[in-house]
Amino acid sequence: MPAMSNFARFYAWLDARTGVGALGKLAKKKDVPIHRHTAWYYLGGMTAFLFLIQLCTGLLLLFYYRPSAGEAYESVQFLMAEVQFGWLIRSIHSWAANLMIFTLFLHLFTVLLVKAYRPPRDLTWFSGVILLALALAFGFTGYLLPWNELAYFATRVGTQIAGVLPVVGNFLLRVLRGGEDVSGATLTRFYAIHVALLPITTLALVGLHVVLVQRHGMSIPLQAESAKGPKRSMPFFPNFLLRDLVGWLAALAILAALAAFIPAELGTKADPFASAPVGIKPEWYFMFMFQTLKMLPAHILGIEGELFGVLAFGLGGLFLFLVPVLDRKSAAGERSPVFTWIAVAMIAFIIVMTIVGYTVDPSA
Amino acid sequence: MADSFSTKPTPRRKFLDWLLGTSVGGLAAAVLYPATRYLIPPRAGESSAATVTLPLKPDDIAVNTGQIFKFGNRAGLLIRTSNNELKAFSATCTHLGCIVRYRPDLGEIWCACHNGHFDLNGRNVSGPPPAPLEDFTVNVRGDQIVVGKRT
Amino acid sequence: MTRTLLGAMLALCCSTAARAQNPEPKKETCVACHEVMPDGPLADPVKAFGQDIHSAKGFGCAACHGGDGTDASMGAMDPKKGFVGKPRHQQIPVMCGHCHSDAQFMKRYNPALRVDEVAEYVTSVHGKRLAQFDDQKVATCTSCHPAHSIRPPSDPKSSVHPLNVSKTCGACHAKADYMASYGIPTNQLEKYEQSVHWKAISVRHDLSAPTCNDCHGNHGAAPPGISWVGNTCGQCHSVMADNFAKSRHAVVFPQMGIPGCAACHNNHDIQATSDTMLGLGDGAVCVNCHTEGSPGSAEAVAMRRGIDSLRMDLDSARGLLERAKNAGVEVSQAQFDLEGAHNALVSSRAAIHTFNVATVDTAVGLGRTITAAAFVRGQAALGELRFRRTGLAVFALIIVVLIAALLLKIRELEPHTHDHTDA
Repeated sequence: MPAMSNFARFYAWLDARTGVGALGKLAKKKDVPIHRHTAWYYLGGMTAFLFLIQLCTGLLLLFYYRPSAGEAYESVQFLMAEVQFGWLIRSIHSWAANLMIFTLFLHLFTVLLVKAYRPPRDLTWFSGVILLALALAFGFTGYLLPWNELAYFATRVGTQIAGVLPVVGNFLLRVLRGGEDVSGATLTRFYAIHVALLPITTLALVGLHVVLVQRHGMSIPLQAESAKGPKRSMPFFPNFLLRDLVGWLAALAILAALAAFIPAELGTKADPFASAPVGIKPEWYFMFMFQTLKMLPAHILGIEGELFGVLAFGLGGLFLFLVPVLDRKSAAGERSPVFTWIAVAMIAFIIVMTIVGYTVDPSA
Repeated sequence: MADSFSTKPTPRRKFLDWLLGTSVGGLAAAVLYPATRYLIPPRAGESSAATVTLPLKPDDIAVNTGQIFKFGNRAGLLIRTSNNELKAFSATCTHLGCIVRYRPDLGEIWCACHNGHFDLNGRNVSGPPPAPLEDFTVNVRGDQIVVGKRT
Repeated sequence: MTRTLLGAMLALCCSTAARAQNPEPKKETCVACHEVMPDGPLADPVKAFGQDIHSAKGFGCAACHGGDGTDASMGAMDPKKGFVGKPRHQQIPVMCGHCHSDAQFMKRYNPALRVDEVAEYVTSVHGKRLAQFDDQKVATCTSCHPAHSIRPPSDPKSSVHPLNVSKTCGACHAKADYMASYGIPTNQLEKYEQSVHWKAISVRHDLSAPTCNDCHGNHGAAPPGISWVGNTCGQCHSVMADNFAKSRHAVVFPQMGIPGCAACHNNHDIQATSDTMLGLGDGAVCVNCHTEGSPGSAEAVAMRRGIDSLRMDLDSARGLLERAKNAGVEVSQAQFDLEGAHNALVSSRAAIHTFNVATVDTAVGLGRTITAAAFVRGQAALGELRFRRTGLAVFALIIVVLIAALLLKIRELEPHTHDHTDA
């Protein structure tokens, strides 16, 4: 074979044995449309990259973390103090979690705004919303694992909110907590969920999500579809992928800087008998819900305020899930300004309530 | 689009490919180095809240003497009594938090701040301290002393 | 005069022996009339007595006042039946002591209670003045233990609970017009309430801190003599007292009539100590006797210098470690070890009371060894910080180069399509 690069030779060797050539042909055909909103296409891959980082750093953390109430805090302290680069692995895991949920929200909202959920991509959307729920569950369960004061009380408050649901509330609370109170049993349970149940489920759903995206190709916004002029595109391999890599590398550098300058904190060990410190706050991605519940009056329409809030958010989530079904106009290929405004309202609500949550006086 | 594998490599492309390859290699090294160092266990061994292995050997502590050691974030007092028994207690006085010490002349644990006395079971016997000192289990494993919380 | 008291006791003994043996007689009728009387000294005791500990133990009116409680008529208050009524000032210790000095009797009610209160009382200033001069203004039992509402000292409402003792003593001793004839100061309560001991009791609820009776005694209350002051304070502050006893001040002060600890620390308005008290500067106490250049002044300055150096070393080591900790480096072991230097500082301050420079310097030296070690570890921690930042810089550089190479590669792959507007 004249002038064949090493890579090409290796590729031929692999293809003869595994048949990857077929996949490679499909991959070569994959095109990415170029239009005003092409930038948003990067967000899904970015979220996946950050999830991959979580898997790797999480796996490394498993080598030193001990999931029991008596040892969890100390094992994390040991990891930060004595283990070489322990501070780095833990800080990256902590920052990447936040970054991943941020890009996930961006991905969700951009898809919502450009209405990429139109059939036949509705199943992709459904799997995506479930993935959002899984990511939030990841955040909630992972937060408890260092067994420090803030995490202990945040978990208490969070699981207590689950308990307000009628009929199933108390049962749900006990199942989540592994008992009546937050204890070592809760820690073990959350560990199992965070380290085994959620990763398996997420990988399966991400697999489905990605396969569906490959099958249907990238969605083109309605405006771009009806625009005049030639439809431009670029091949995914290598052009779009190289650009993806630039973004991923930039994210990696940002993570390293955050880890070096603002390493993950540990705080004090959880003490179930101590009183809750003032100004308990959940992680930022739960803040808008937490703040809303705090601000609701004690009773609304005869139902307890907190329950009303939980049900309202539940309905909101259900609405979000069913958007492809509810948005008939988009499905028919028509413009659907109502749903655009609903999306804008949701985004504004989340941003405003998050800001309020961080600026309001905790003793108010 | 140009297929990077079909046209003849120019010197510029060669340099670029070299640059790409080297920097990818650099990145891989920069990622794998910390990960590998991380996996190597540190010399300090395990650290746990429930037990602490003291940095001194059983022979280092003479009869009728006491020594302060670190237990998690708190101070502990290790005593070898006149009966050659090893005992360990929390060294934080229950009155106002001063560090207590063992008094060989009294055979008691004593707090210098306000003259509080504790007996060799940790019980507060005289002076201001309102409560006994928490006592710990002491086990000798060969050449090591392991102090643990009483569960 | 004490013999008169004893004689009176004996006389009362005979007439009250009978009633003391039977503290739970047939239902007393005193209350029936006295509680419906108008407010005043005849009715108020009845209203209060329900809360009294004697009432709780089954004692009625006749147990102290004598007479026949079962008689519902005025005949109950017949002196022939032993009725005492409102006792005279001198009678009060006798009346209370009748039971409270009888060990056999008190055993039945509280075997742990002391039975020497009256014996102590006769040695007190109050007891002596009562016996010698029949001074009606001095305190007797009921002055501090209000006759019909006595509660045990452990009860927070008791007049003799540690929180309340100073107010009880102050009820007389803080009134200038009441105390005018005695020629002693009346500002002790005011001073005490500014003291560190009162703050410990009232704010921190540390009931082991001293109030009036812990230093003056309660039943045998008297100011401590010049040479006793160290013993009094030394009950709790034993290390300082032991050190002081070894010093030359312990010999000289009694000779000069200087009241030991109180000379530098005051007696009632004892403040939290600080290092500024040592030496010849502003706020120092040594300079009150040892003026600049006089014997002893050099030692004072030397001791102050030693303590200052340890304290400053400790503060900077703490600051260094805190900086490292806030930047994310784990320094809990170093911080723990540094607290040994804090112990050394406390010992050095206690060692001041030997007034011997060498002793203080030994303690200071120990502390500074520890702070020096902590410095080394603090620097190492900051070194770790620098390592992290360097590592970050290297990593960032690699990434920047890689990104640049990628961008160049993209440009190379798309030489004629720079007009597209994607990212």
